[in-house]
Amino acid sequence: MSAGTSTSTSSSADTEARVPFLSVRDLKVHFSTEDGVVKAVDGLSFGLERGRTLGIVGESGSGKSVTNLAILGLHDRERTALDGEVLLDGRELLTAAERDLEALRGNTMSMIFQDALASLSPYHTVGAQIAETYRKHTGASRREARARAVEMLRRVGIPQPDMRVGDYPHQFSGGMRQRAMIAMALVCDPELLIADEPTTALDVTVQAQIMDLLRDLQQEFGTAIIFITHDLGVIANLADDVLVMYGGRCVEKGGRAEVLGVPRHPYTLGLLGSMPSLDGPVDVPLSPIPGTPPSLLAPPPGCRFHPRCAFAEKVRDALCSTRRPLLEPVDGHGTACHLTAGQRREYFADYRAARVN
Amino acid sequence: MTITDPLLDVSGLTKHFPIRGGFPFPRTVGAVRAVDGLDLQVAEGESLGLVGESGCGKSTTGRLITRLLEPTTGRITYAGRDITHANRRQLASVRPEIQMIFQDPYSSLNPRQTIGRIVAAPMEIHGISPAGGRERRVRELLELVGLNPEHYNRFPHEFSGGQRQRIGVARALTLSPKLIVADEPVSALDVSIQAQVVNLLQTLQRDLGIAFVFIAHDLAVVRHFSQRVAVMYLGRVVEIAHRSDLYENPRHPYTRALLSAVPEVTAEGAPPRDRIRLTGDVPSPIDPPSGCRFRTRCWKATDQCAARTPPLARIEGDATGHLTACHHPETVEKPAAAQGPATPG
Repeated sequence: MSAGTSTSTSSSADTEARVPFLSVRDLKVHFSTEDGVVKAVDGLSFGLERGRTLGIVGESGSGKSVTNLAILGLHDRERTALDGEVLLDGRELLTAAERDLEALRGNTMSMIFQDALASLSPYHTVGAQIAETYRKHTGASRREARARAVEMLRRVGIPQPDMRVGDYPHQFSGGMRQRAMIAMALVCDPELLIADEPTTALDVTVQAQIMDLLRDLQQEFGTAIIFITHDLGVIANLADDVLVMYGGRCVEKGGRAEVLGVPRHPYTLGLLGSMPSLDGPVDVPLSPIPGTPPSLLAPPPGCRFHPRCAFAEKVRDALCSTRRPLLEPVDGHGTACHLTAGQRREYFADYRAARVN
Repeated sequence: MTITDPLLDVSGLTKHFPIRGGFPFPRTVGAVRAVDGLDLQVAEGESLGLVGESGCGKSTTGRLITRLLEPTTGRITYAGRDITHANRRQLASVRPEIQMIFQDPYSSLNPRQTIGRIVAAPMEIHGISPAGGRERRVRELLELVGLNPEHYNRFPHEFSGGQRQRIGVARALTLSPKLIVADEPVSALDVSIQAQVVNLLQTLQRDLGIAFVFIAHDLAVVRHFSQRVAVMYLGRVVEIAHRSDLYENPRHPYTRALLSAVPEVTAEGAPPRDRIRLTGDVPSPIDPPSGCRFRTRCWKATDQCAARTPPLARIEGDATGHLTACHHPETVEKPAAAQGPATPG
């Protein structure tokens, strides 16, 4: 196991002693709706160290955003049932009082949202919105907070920050708004930064700028970053560790090179096969995953991926549709799948060869 | 361009959206030059990809070609007929042959109509009754795009995003078009579903011989789907070429920067590609830079770039049909690593 991740399911004594900076154990997030209970997250565990980046990949509805809203305590408390354990630097977050969470949010942990235009207030200047967070957590004066806002805007690469600090969000371009959001999230030097699809709405050139920025800031301050995206290319460029979610559960996790290079779960393999590349063959059709993601109101029994899985019939005793596969990490790379290592080697090799040639 | 007898020929096309201001008597005070001197051609049965950053005018181009917008100047010729300023009646005979697939599968289908009615609508509008009846044709189409024909009487909300996009495709196919303008048809879909729809479109293109103008910002998807690719920047085509020429030998600095910014899952051990960091944003199309429009972000810009607009032309040593609008094109050989990430002045 690499120094970066530690897995709560691991039974060795030394991991018990050393709890990672952020530790999520068996997290369950269930929403009650008119149609029934939506099991948005159903037993998720992971750990994250300072200075590392965890990439969470999954399709819409896989529970990746909900996980992080629950960590920050931003879920709707009336309708949500939480279970499990979330420890940030040894503090339990799920049972923490709203007051305590307020003191942490924007200070120790903060979040960058996907849609910057919807997340910024149109009635306040960008500078005022950045300064507000800073004043709340540090008690700084207006003047100090404004100076801090200018400094943050400069750091995220906004030209002429002392002029632009008085602008309203609509006067900023899409990329600049996203930068302003990042400035706001970083204003109190958080130790944990959750970025929920921060570059999805942006052009590739701007996306590259934002990714560079996050990498530089992490190097400077040793921030732990959770980066949520559906783009495996972004993950490959940014993450140290990767967690693949499907139907509210983690199906595979491990180091970036292992998960993307030698995927062990059919879903990860399917995601990689669905993506066209800039230098692959063009005459071969893509290999999409058949079917659609499951409804989390009535998720399929056993492995949630089995109705779409190409290899479900290869597993004896119809295990895939009856028993939930457990995530058992080997050398820090774990997958929740009933296929044996030998089967995987055999079938996946065929599958990959078909794509490359 | 070397295409003889193209299906679609666009030359010098411009679209300026007027900006009105002033009080108490508003008048035109400027214009957003969304498309500003665009040339491209599409051959029969070919797919042309149109890529560029947001605001570069790719969607406007799509809407001009389908004549959902009235061009300001320039010329659009479809199958030898000038349709630039054709009126409703003149367009009636062309419209069945040029169809469109929209980006958002949620807002492009009427929630109050059954999918049977949605897909049959083009036949209704054009007063066409195919042999065997409209319903039979609709069922055929649904089957063709991979939907269950039994779902004829269902409403759009009963379908997932990917299925809805298939309905949009079926509707575009209803009148057996010769040209389909697909405006970001897969960008609203999840990766695994995106691949399903791309494969579907590719099969249709191949089997039915439909020409496509495929508008997208995802360079990898465009490369997969389109035989030729045009790169747009601020309302103009800066480079157009066969996909292998464009992706392996980009001549315009912008194309190179765009390609280098795409994050990719590289094979194990493969060195990451040189990345060119473009700074700043795309300038405003209200007041675009003089000369070459990319010069404000280009690391090679000289006085010549500001003074003279580079023509879209073939550069010595390039394949035929590879046109670039640049005074200082990139070299054919991949530049040394040291030269790679340059900082614009």
